[in-house]
Amino acid sequence: MLEIWDFIVLPFSFPFMQRAILAALATGFVCALLSCFLVLKGWSLMGDAISHAVLPGIVIAYLLGLPLIIGAFTSGIFCSVATGYIKENCRVKEDTVMGIVFSGMFAFGLVLFSKVDTTQHLNHILFGNVLGTTAAELTQIAVISIVVSIIIILKRRDLMLFCFDPVQAKVVGLPVKLLHYGLLSILALTIVASLQAVGVILVIAMLIAPGITAFSLCKRFQWMLLIAIVVSVSSTVLGTIISFYIDAATGACIVILQATLFLLTQIYSYLRLMLIRKQLPVS
Amino acid sequence: MTNIKLDVNDITVTYNNGHTAIHDASFSLEGGTVCALVGINGSGKSTLFKTIMGMVRPTNGSVTLNGLPIKQALKQNLIAYVPQTEEVDWDFPVLVSDVVMMGRYGHMTFLRIPTKEDRRQVDLALEKVNMSDLKNRQIGELSGGQKKRVFLARALAQQGKVLLLDEPFTGVDVKTENAIIDLLKRLREEGHLILVSTHNLGSVPEFCDHVVLINQTVLASGPTKTTFTPHNLMITFGGALRYLSLSGSRLHEDEDPRMVSVLTDDERAAVFYGKGKDDSPHENLLWTDGAYHTEPERGKRDDLI
Repeated sequence: MLEIWDFIVLPFSFPFMQRAILAALATGFVCALLSCFLVLKGWSLMGDAISHAVLPGIVIAYLLGLPLIIGAFTSGIFCSVATGYIKENCRVKEDTVMGIVFSGMFAFGLVLFSKVDTTQHLNHILFGNVLGTTAAELTQIAVISIVVSIIIILKRRDLMLFCFDPVQAKVVGLPVKLLHYGLLSILALTIVASLQAVGVILVIAMLIAPGITAFSLCKRFQWMLLIAIVVSVSSTVLGTIISFYIDAATGACIVILQATLFLLTQIYSYLRLMLIRKQLPVS
Repeated sequence: MTNIKLDVNDITVTYNNGHTAIHDASFSLEGGTVCALVGINGSGKSTLFKTIMGMVRPTNGSVTLNGLPIKQALKQNLIAYVPQTEEVDWDFPVLVSDVVMMGRYGHMTFLRIPTKEDRRQVDLALEKVNMSDLKNRQIGELSGGQKKRVFLARALAQQGKVLLLDEPFTGVDVKTENAIIDLLKRLREEGHLILVSTHNLGSVPEFCDHVVLINQTVLASGPTKTTFTPHNLMITFGGALRYLSLSGSRLHEDEDPRMVSVLTDDERAAVFYGKGKDDSPHENLLWTDGAYHTEPERGKRDDLI
């Protein structure tokens, strides 16, 4: 028992680990909330698209001397708005448009990155570097996470109706356009905040895994939110601690844990279904 | 209660991809009416619905409710809507009572926390559609008819004056169909305006007192008795309808000039009996205030809901 306690507590004696755990906690929490809406709305690809599209924004912001977060956010929003605009005005389906827009922007970002001499490491942007979180970065992550979480928790019922039945949302007088772009904006903000922990490539897992794991376990939206939070926070914190011990990429450790939890719930659901079938009389 | 009035003035809807779904469409309806919107798939029915619900903005013309533009009418919770069963995500983690509560959102404050009155209206609506026992079921666990009734309850809980139903009879058993028709009649008596989009021709004369026939534009609009004729239906549907008629010596032994016409798109058929193609539907099938003229088993409908 004492050994387990030591296993968990030891890493916290280092200041960089304290910051890392706090960053992981904050991102885990906000990603969990958002993941429920993304999964139900079918916006998983949208999350992937925005996260890749932030790359050129980061480089351009560096060139202009702006805070990187502003560049990343603008670039992410630009991707989703451009996708929406192109879809509205031509015959191509949304996921197709999105695929070409975000990979185009990502490629542009890569070329820019190799031509511009930045202080950033490409690896850190692509795969995250939560163990290297500075105090300033931690503050930024914490502020974004708290603001976004408060918005989601307060407006969760409106957002839920928007995901479930946008026509009804419109008919009862909710501002559907505002909800649409609002959800996109907080998605982009959350992605920007999560980059530090897991990076561009793996952030999509943080934005899907908790939601889909919770989805297969419950019948009510409130429970889905709670279970997603538990899944997400536990895997981000545990993933960070494990990566400290085995000296592996933190983002990858977190995502492996989330994927494992997802797999376990699928096995559990399958077994439960089998059990119910067995109990039914054979007709 | 003031009588509700819906005016569709000369609307044209052209989508961004250049497709004009409906053009120069006009009609107007008042409360205490059940109106059928009849047309083939792709005739612009759903575009017209979307325009009335404010989802699509007409490129020309306007839709007003009691003289108010749709945007303001929606803010006053005047319009309620029942979606097609296929459009709903039945795996969504919501219970029956959660869905019905969505009808109350327009009555709630900023944070959408239900009040006692909201809960009471939800229970009342569930009772009206006979679903009180199932209020804690996840929506995917319901049968086809029950699924439809959940969304009817949601529309009832909203207490809108205008009710739009999109293909309410597809995938629904006869029992539920009758229950829905009964409910609509009761709502009509309370002064509601009900618009039903359907291609189920057979049931139109049974419960709709008004029809709007659509194919890219409004071809005809008027009382069922004068507008729902074989002639008009054939124009509306073009070659998409099966047409059978019996007349002359095959039907009568005397010189009676009347004939039986059957129009069907292979679902429920519309049956006419009269002298030509401009007849009203047969009287026995028409709903006039009170009850049906014939068919004693119809009387049982009342206790289904």
